[in-house]
Amino acid sequence: MNPSMAITEAPGLFTADGLTGLIFLIMMAVTLIGGIIACCAERLVRAIAGLIVCFIGVAALYYFLNSPFVAMMQMLIYVGAVCITIAFAIMLAAPEESRKNGPAGPLSGPLGFITAGLVSFGLIAMAMRTQFTSHPKINNGTMEEIGIEFLTSYSMAFELISVVLLIAIIGALVIARAGRSK
Amino acid sequence: MSMLTLYNSLNTFLYLAALLFGMGVYGMVTHRTLIGMLISSELILVAASINFMAFNRFTAPDPTTGQIFTLFIMAIAAAEAAIGLSIVIAVYRNYKSVDTEDLVDLKG
Repeated sequence: MNPSMAITEAPGLFTADGLTGLIFLIMMAVTLIGGIIACCAERLVRAIAGLIVCFIGVAALYYFLNSPFVAMMQMLIYVGAVCITIAFAIMLAAPEESRKNGPAGPLSGPLGFITAGLVSFGLIAMAMRTQFTSHPKINNGTMEEIGIEFLTSYSMAFELISVVLLIAIIGALVIARAGRSK
Repeated sequence: MSMLTLYNSLNTFLYLAALLFGMGVYGMVTHRTLIGMLISSELILVAASINFMAFNRFTAPDPTTGQIFTLFIMAIAAAEAAIGLSIVIAVYRNYKSVDTEDLVDLKG
């Protein structure tokens, strides 16, 4: 049996544990529906709306995984920054999704579906067959402990990531600015 | 195990992440514009993050490691989105299109 925490007996629906489970199921459905909209929508504006719904569901899943801080950062960075940036790009570049069939057109749908299905099926089968062993926790993973780890064990990576972000911003400005007079 | 205790098992999160990964791959193949492919790559990244967080909660001895890794993934994804979108805008300015069928100048 793969690791699972504390509760083992089935709770009633209207107890606290049962309602928690119900909210989890709803959030899982929200994540999957958002993902389906994001990958299947014809128009890009609908795809980005589906991506936002999917990311909100994922933030709720992070909350269920005992990490409210990462859930908050998911809302701030993914929903608040990345998705809005992509929405701006859709408005600036205004691409009309053309439905003409190019050389790879008619086959790409079914073949892509088969590929994606095989990849997911392989991952799910692997997760089903593997035994994962659980280890005792050495701390609680609270926000305070994340901060301490960030500035002790991972301080080098923490500084490097800020350099990467700075260079990415400057690079984005340089690339998008070239040829602006045309 | 009943439906209502699903959030207590590692496999639920692994299956969900696998499905999201599959959706990302499907969108990457079928979307015809660069922005659509970027949206699909975000789905793939978030699937990887869910895996990290699930293993972090259920198996890892130090529960801060996976959270910190997920935060790094978020930072890299933000940088990737900024660079990718500036490339999209530069391409649009030169070709007046972001359809991958039109960007065939290098084709032999």
